[in-house]
Amino acid sequence: MANLRDHMGRPIVAVTGIGVVTSLGVGKADNWAALTSGKSGIHPITRFPVDHLNTRISGMVDFLDSSSKGASLLTYELAETAANEAVAESGLDSSDFGGPLFLASPPVELDWHDRFSLYNSDGQGAGAERLLRVARGLKETDTFATTQFGAIADRLADRFGTRGLPITLSTACASGATAIQLGVEAIRRGECDRALSIGADGSATAEALIRFSLLSALSTHNDIPEKASKPFSKDRDGFVLAEGSGALVLESLEAALARGASVLGILRGCGEKADDFHRTRSKPDGSPAIAAVRAALADAGLSKDEIDYVNAHGTSTPENDKMEHLSLSTVFGERFGSMPVSSNKSMIGHTLSAAGAVEAAFSLMTMRESVIPPTINYDNPDPAIVLDVVPNKKRNAEVGTVLSNSFGFGGQNTCLVMAREPV
Amino acid sequence: MSSPRDVVITGIGLVSSLGEGPDAHWQKLAQPGLQPVLEAARFAPYTVHPLPEIDWNLQIAKRGDQRQMETWQRLGTYAAGLALDDAGIKGNDELCTTMDMVVAAGGGERDEAVDAAILAASESRNDRDVLLNEKLTTELRPTLFLAQLSNLLAGNISIVHKVTGSSRTFMGEEGAGVAAVETAAARIRSGQSTHILVGGAFQTEHSDMLLGYELAGYLHRGPWKPVWQRQGAEGGGLVSGSGGAFLVLEQREHATSRGRKIYAELGPVVSGRARRSRGELDAEIAALLKQAALPNGKLLAMSGASGAHTATSAEKAALDANPAISARGFATLTGHMKEAQFPFAVALAALAVDRKAAYPVFDAATEKPFEGIPETVLATAIGYHQFEGMALVNTA
Repeated sequence: MANLRDHMGRPIVAVTGIGVVTSLGVGKADNWAALTSGKSGIHPITRFPVDHLNTRISGMVDFLDSSSKGASLLTYELAETAANEAVAESGLDSSDFGGPLFLASPPVELDWHDRFSLYNSDGQGAGAERLLRVARGLKETDTFATTQFGAIADRLADRFGTRGLPITLSTACASGATAIQLGVEAIRRGECDRALSIGADGSATAEALIRFSLLSALSTHNDIPEKASKPFSKDRDGFVLAEGSGALVLESLEAALARGASVLGILRGCGEKADDFHRTRSKPDGSPAIAAVRAALADAGLSKDEIDYVNAHGTSTPENDKMEHLSLSTVFGERFGSMPVSSNKSMIGHTLSAAGAVEAAFSLMTMRESVIPPTINYDNPDPAIVLDVVPNKKRNAEVGTVLSNSFGFGGQNTCLVMAREPV
Repeated sequence: MSSPRDVVITGIGLVSSLGEGPDAHWQKLAQPGLQPVLEAARFAPYTVHPLPEIDWNLQIAKRGDQRQMETWQRLGTYAAGLALDDAGIKGNDELCTTMDMVVAAGGGERDEAVDAAILAASESRNDRDVLLNEKLTTELRPTLFLAQLSNLLAGNISIVHKVTGSSRTFMGEEGAGVAAVETAAARIRSGQSTHILVGGAFQTEHSDMLLGYELAGYLHRGPWKPVWQRQGAEGGGLVSGSGGAFLVLEQREHATSRGRKIYAELGPVVSGRARRSRGELDAEIAALLKQAALPNGKLLAMSGASGAHTATSAEKAALDANPAISARGFATLTGHMKEAQFPFAVALAALAVDRKAAYPVFDAATEKPFEGIPETVLATAIGYHQFEGMALVNTA
C-alpha cells in the first residue's frame, strides 16, 4: 500500500495527465522525439512583416487554426489542445472534469488588427474618442472577449467542465509553474481531489516582440535561427520569443489510485520567493532565487543531494544564465559541477507564460523515459559558468527527481520539485 | 467561536474619489446624503469617479520608483502601502520578507499619444503591419512595457514596500479580486501562510480602460444616477471609478501575538461561475448566498454591484428577496473599480463591523436603513460580465 501522505502529512499530489504544444509540434510524442534528437523549433517570423525589427526569428506556433487570429484565440487554442491531451491521458471525463482550473496566460490587450479595423470603420473624430464611439455601436462581442482577462479561462471552463471560478494568473515568466503550484496547494488543502493546471501563451505579436526588443532581452542572431537560443554559452545574447502550452492533470495520489489511474509522476514540492531588487534584474547575490530553490526542496522534503537533474530556466540571456548558475551552485555546492542541468529553451525558445508548465511536462517525461534532453547550441561554453549542460546530445540516465526553475520580471521566482515515484 | 487559525483583517488601505485611508472613507460614507465626486466632461458621454489628489511621496519615497510606474501601478503600490502601514507591517523587515501577496490586476496604461498617431496614420496606409513596426520601434518608451505589465504591480510592491514572501497576480476583472481574497484566506486557514497582502487597483481615467467595458456596451451614458437606478437609462449602466483596495489578512494567532488591532474576522469566502448565457446567474447568486451561510436576523450587505443592467438587476432581485438584508451599493459613491471591487467591498464591510455602525443609505430611493450594530456584514461582487463572489465579515 503506497503512502498517501507526504512528509508534512499532506495529500501526495500525483500527475495523471500531461499535454504539450510547442513550435516543435502538437502533443508529447512529437515534442519528445524532436526534443531528444536535439531539433530546434526556432524559425524565421512569417506571421507579420519584419521590416524595422532587430529580431526576425521566433519559436511561434504557426500550425494551429488560430495561429494568425490574434493572441487571445491562439492562447485559447494552445491551452485547449494541451489540456485535451492531458485530460484524455488521465482518463477523466473531458467535458466534465470536476475540479478547479488554474490558467497561466499572458495579459490581454485589444489586438492591433482589431484596433485598426474599429478605427477605420468610421471616419469621424480621431483617436480614442473615435474608438469608443465605434465600440458602443458594435453588434458582436467577440472583440470584447479578447480584452477580458478572465475570458480564456471562462471558455476553457465551459469546454472541460471544470468546477467553480477559474483562476487566471500571471507571474510573468514563472506563470506556468505558479499555475501548477496553485493546483498542488488546492489539493493539499483538501479543497479538491483533482485540478487542471495549464500554462499557455500565444501572444507573440509584433508589439510583444518590439517590447522585449526595446528592453534588449531578445537574441538578434537572425541568420541561423535554430542556433539563436544558446543557454549557458559565452556568446548568448538574449532569449528567443516563443509560444506554446503545457497542461497537467493533478490528482491526490489517493484519488488517482482509487480509480486505477496511471501515475505519471509526483509533484513533490513548490517554492517561491519574490525579489525586491529591480523590475527586470535579480538581486546580485542571487538570494531570492536561492531561497526559492531551497523552499521547493524543503516543501518536497528532499535534501539538495537528492535532486538528480535540473530543468533550468536557462533563457539564454546574459543575466539569467549567470544568475541561475550562481543560485544553483550556491544551493548544490561542490556536487553541482557533476549534476546534469539542461535547458529546453535551447530548442523551443522562451514560451513566457507557458514556460513553467511546458518545462514541467518535459521534466516529467525526462523521468519516465530515462532520457535527458540536451542543451543544444552549446558550442562555445561560457567559462564563467561551469556546468554539465548535457551538451548538444540527449543522455540516457535514470532520473528519479527533477528541480524545474522559473524566474520572471517583477521579481518572480518559482521552483517545482517533481519525482518519478511516490516514495 | 474564535480559533487561532481564523483569518482576521489587520490592515486596510483604500483610495477612491472620496479620499484615502479607512478613516477618511468612514467619515465620508457615514454622512447621510453624501454626494459622489464626478467627472462628467473629460470622457463625455461617460462619467467617471476620478482619483483624488494624492501625494505619491507619502508611500513611494523614491521619485525613480514613481517614474517607473504608470498611474495604475502607482495607485496600487500606494494603496498597498496604506494597508501595510495600517497593519504596522511597513518597515518591519521580518514581517515583510515573510509576507505573502496576492494581487488582482488587469493591465496598465498604454501610451495614448503613440496609439493615436498610429491610428491616424493607418487611414492613409495599407501596409498597416509595417506601419506598426515603424512606429512602435521608434516611439515606445522602452520601459513603458514594465509600467503596463499585470504582474508588475506586485513587482513594484516588492520593490517599494519589500514584501517578498511570495508574489502572485490573479487576472480576470472582479473575479480576480474574489479569487485573490478567497485563495489568501484558504492559505491562512490551512496554515500555508500567516500574513498576506491582498488587493488590487483600477485606474479608469484612460481611454483603453473605458474601451474594455464599452466594446460590449457596458458603460452608462447621460446624466449620472445611483447604481440601482440605471435600468432603462442610456447605455449599459456601469459608471467606473479610479481606486484601490488592499487588505492585510492575518492568522488570528499571528495578529494577537504581535498585539495588533483587529478590524474584523473574515468568514466564508465563496465564488462561482454562472454560465450566464444559459440563464444560470439568478440560481448562482442564490446558491452563493446559501453557501455563505448568512446568519439569522438582519444583515448589512456591501454590494459591489457595477450598474451593468443584467448583473445588477439579478443581484438586486436576490438581495431584495431576503427582507433581512439592507444593501448598500457603494459604486454609487466610488464607481466600479473592477479588480479592486471585491477587496473594496470586504474593506467597507470590515469598517462597519469595526465601527459598530451601519452606513446610512447611499440611495434613499432604493436602499433601506439599517438600525443597530452590524455583527456580520456581507460583501458581494457580481461581475459586470462574468464571475461572482461573496464573503461574510464578522465582528473580531
